[in-house]
This record gives sequence, C-alpha cells and structure tokens, in this order.
Amino acid sequence: MSAVPEIRRSAGSKVWRWVRRNKAASLGATIMVIVTLAAILAPWIAPYDPDEQNIILNLGPPTAEHWLGNDTYGRDTLSRIIWGARVSLFVSITSISLAMVIGGAFGVVAGYFGGRTDRIIMASMDVLLSFPSLVMGLLVVAVLGPTMMNLIVAIAFTAIAPFARIARAPTLSIRNREFVEAGRTIGFSDLKIMVRYIIPNIADEVVVLGTLWLATAVRTEASLSFIGLGVRPPTPTWGGMIRDGFENMLDAPWLVIFPSLAILTVMIALNLLGDGLRDATDPRLRHE
Amino acid sequence: MLTFILKRLLVAIPTLLGVLTVVFFVVRVAPGDPAIVILGESASAPALETLREQLGLNRPLIEQYFSFLGSVLQGDLGRSMISNQPVLTEVWRVLPYTFELTGAALLIGVIFGVPLGVISARYRNGWADYVVRFFSLLGLSFPAFISAILLLLAFAITIPLFPVIGEASYADPAQRLRALNLGLIMVAYITRVSRSSMLAVINQDYIRTAQAKGVPPGVVVGRHALRNALIPIVTVIGLYLGVLIGNSVLTEIVFNRPGLGKLIVIALNQRDYPTLQAMLVIYAVFIVLANILTDLIYGVIDPRVRNK
Repeated sequence: MSAVPEIRRSAGSKVWRWVRRNKAASLGATIMVIVTLAAILAPWIAPYDPDEQNIILNLGPPTAEHWLGNDTYGRDTLSRIIWGARVSLFVSITSISLAMVIGGAFGVVAGYFGGRTDRIIMASMDVLLSFPSLVMGLLVVAVLGPTMMNLIVAIAFTAIAPFARIARAPTLSIRNREFVEAGRTIGFSDLKIMVRYIIPNIADEVVVLGTLWLATAVRTEASLSFIGLGVRPPTPTWGGMIRDGFENMLDAPWLVIFPSLAILTVMIALNLLGDGLRDATDPRLRHE
Repeated sequence: MLTFILKRLLVAIPTLLGVLTVVFFVVRVAPGDPAIVILGESASAPALETLREQLGLNRPLIEQYFSFLGSVLQGDLGRSMISNQPVLTEVWRVLPYTFELTGAALLIGVIFGVPLGVISARYRNGWADYVVRFFSLLGLSFPAFISAILLLLAFAITIPLFPVIGEASYADPAQRLRALNLGLIMVAYITRVSRSSMLAVINQDYIRTAQAKGVPPGVVVGRHALRNALIPIVTVIGLYLGVLIGNSVLTEIVFNRPGLGKLIVIALNQRDYPTLQAMLVIYAVFIVLANILTDLIYGVIDPRVRNK
C-alpha cells in the first residue's frame, strides 16, 4: 500500500508538457527563472553595493556607469532593484507556502470530516474572506511591527481562506473513493489517510492556485512597502524604492519608473504562468 | 423575495460576529502593552494609566471583548485616539469621496469590461481577442499605486489633460483621473471573467438551437448567451470588491485625496488603534453587505436561485 493511488498521477507531467507548449506560459516561466536567479546571485551580479551612498551622484540620471540612475542618497538603482528581487520573491514565496499549508490543511480536514467540523472551519474562512486583504495586511503589520517575518505572516493570513476552499472541494469527492475505504478497512488512522491518499491527489489544484496567488503576494508586499509598512530601510524593496522616488518624481522619474517596471515584469510573468497552469489543469479548457 | 432577503441577512449574522471577534483579537495580539505601543516608551506612568482606564485595558480580556461587541452593536465604534471624535463621525465625513471613487470605477469596469469580454469571446483567437487579452493581462498586473503614479506622470504632468490638484468631487477632472486609475484595473478583471464566462456558454446546445432557428447573432449573444454568462460576472464583481477597496486606499494615497484609505493611513501613522479597528469593521461590513447584494442579484438574474 505504499504507492499513491493513481487518480491523477500523471497530471503533473502532463501539465508541464502543456506549459512548455503554451508560449505565453513558458515565457512567464522563463522570466521567473531569470528573476529568481538574479535574486539568488545578487551579491555577485549587482554592479554596486546596494547600500553604498555617494552624495555626488544624488538623483543622477541613467549613465554608462549607473544604467538606471541613482537615488536621493546616490545609491545605484540597478543594484537596488536586483537586491529588491530577493525581498519580493522571498516574502511572497514563503507567505504563499505558509498559506498553502495552513489553508490546505484546514480545507482537507473540513472536507474529510464533514459535518460540524466542516461547518465551523468554512464559516471561519468566510469570516477571513470578509476582510479586504490589503487593509487586513496593513493592520496586521501595523500591530506586529514592520519586519520581514511579520510581513510574511500578514500576507499569509490574508491568503489562507482561498486555499482552504480549493482544498476542500476535491477532498469531498475523494474521501468516498474505494482506496480511501480500503485504507480505513485495514485500520489506517484518519491522519494517515489524509496525508497518504488525499493530499497527493489534491496537490495539483492547490499548487496552481499558489502560482496565481504569488502574483497577489508580490503586489501586496509592494503595496505595503509603498505605504511604508514593508521591510525596514535601508534594505532595498521595490515598493519602498517607489515610495522614496515618489517625492522626487518630477526631477528624477526613473526612480519610480524602473522599480515599477521590475514589479510589472514579475506580475506579468506570474500571471502568464498561473493562467497557463490553470488552463492546463482545468478539464473544461484542457482540450482547447 | 422578501424571505430570500431575510434568510440571507440572518446567515450574515454569524459572519459579522466572527469579523468583530477577529478584529478585536488582531488588535490585541500586539506584543507588549497597547498603552505603551500607543503612547510610546517615554510616556509617563499616570498617562499610561489614564489611557488603560480609557480603553478598558485593565479589565479582563473577556470583559473587554463583550463590551467591545456591545458597543459596536449599539453603533459605537469608539473614539479616535487623536481627535477624540467618534470614529464614525470621521468616517461619514469622508465616505462620500470613497464611494464616489469606487462607484465610478465599478461603473467604468462594467461599461467597458462586459462588452470587451463579449467581443473577445465572440471573436476568439482573432486579433480583437488578442488585443483585449493583452490589455486585460496588463491591467491585472498593475498594482494600483504604480498605475496611479504612471497616470499621474503621463497625464497630469507630461500631457496636462487632467489637473493634478483639485476637489475630490466628480465635477472636478482630477477625480476623473483617480476613477480612471481604479476603473482600468476593474475593466481588466471584468473583461477577463466576461470572456471566460461567455466562452463557457457559447457552445451550449441552446445557443446552437437559437442560431439554427435563425435568431440574429446580436440577439443570440445579448439574450441567450450573456444572460446566462452574467452569474459568474456578478460573482467576480462581488469578489473583487476587496481588491477594489485595497486599490482605492492606494489611489487615495498617491493622489493625496480624502477618503477612507487616507483615513486609515493617517490612523496608521499616528498609531490610532481604535480608528484602525473601526475601519476594519466598516470595510468588512461593506464586503458582507456586498456579498448579500450579490446573492440578491443572482436571484434577479436567475429565477432558479430565487425559487430554491
């Protein structure tokens, strides 16, 4: 009984094959790979130290030495954008993973046990869904303090409910399948059944939603940083760079334009990838 | 219909209670003494004691919780720490600005989004479809503060079509730029769902039957297809109200205009927790009400929902 029962065992590999064939999705995937590599390799590829101040270059326009110009303190914008990718990706990936695990667990438990457990969990999720996520994130960070950890908690908190919903629906249908019955008959505990039989079979759907929500997390992180509730300066964040550049927008528009382009590129890439993955896993669209 | 409305309102009560509970506890998980958090490390002991007294912080948590619930149910959302005015007074003052802004955005979203989605689905994989999909992808990818800044740079400064500073009223062109910012993002969301929702119905048998009967294409799309595609569209509009609210906060900040969003940011900077708490309740109530409204609209669009 060690193998996972195959409802959609090969779905994962099919999805990847589909993504490779779908030009838009593979473009999104390629961009994300490049951005991720840039973030990881920041110490080696950034041309300057992102925190190095040089007052002579204050608000300097793009030049051959500083491709994307310099900010108020004369720091190199390109280097700060490359380092900023770290915060943006780290915060969004960890927060969505956290939401995926917590929300997914709630959804599986709700769907598997049904009855009162289901009603209580899903009613709580409805409560969470009643808060506009940016405002909720704003309050959580304001209360806990603007650190990277708290930012991750805040974004995860706003994303738990959708994952619970997406995990619950397939669990409802899988819990009555023969192999789950078989597991029960031979005395497997509920936990073992959920971990071994249910979770592997719903993982695809949860991960696809995760990709779509990554874009939301990137946006929320950038927005909170823009409001001034992001990771504290001098750590470069894209939203924070736009916030700083906003004051000097008329004299040095590149200070807002380049970090904006960085955020937009990642958002577009994630949306392309997420759409591709969703289309590939949505049975109604798969044959198109 | 009246029973339907009443039932729906009753279902919302536990959700609202949950909302109040979450809001109460989120504010109270703040590490350390809230009085110190609010007044700062350097506050004097008597000042801290007065504040604790005022906020009821020296009473047991459970008692604080019920007194919070009690006052909210009586319509008392507390007083601002800074102005000492009831929070609701402040909210009522700026609410029209935010309503006008989000209302205009929603209107722009529906007026342009639905037809664009229909066209995109009708001419699927044609050039119109690609153009529409490209722009809706772009709209979905724009965080509202970035689009606001770029619109500001482009229109108000480079090509001065809209004045940057002005009254927060629709009579004033500056408000139109703000509404446009929110509206364009809404157009993207609505276009997208209209397209996929139209695609889902366009291949149904009854559509083919209507076409076979010789019903003109415009009538097939308008009466047979769109009417059935409306439910997911309405659902998404309801769902994205949260996004719209978040975006209105960002738009108000960038354009430096009064509104609920601006109120929240001022409260945030001044650590005015009672105001923040109240604002979160108000936003959540709006979303719950919007969900009820969405359900009611289902009933209007689809008689099957009403009779269930």
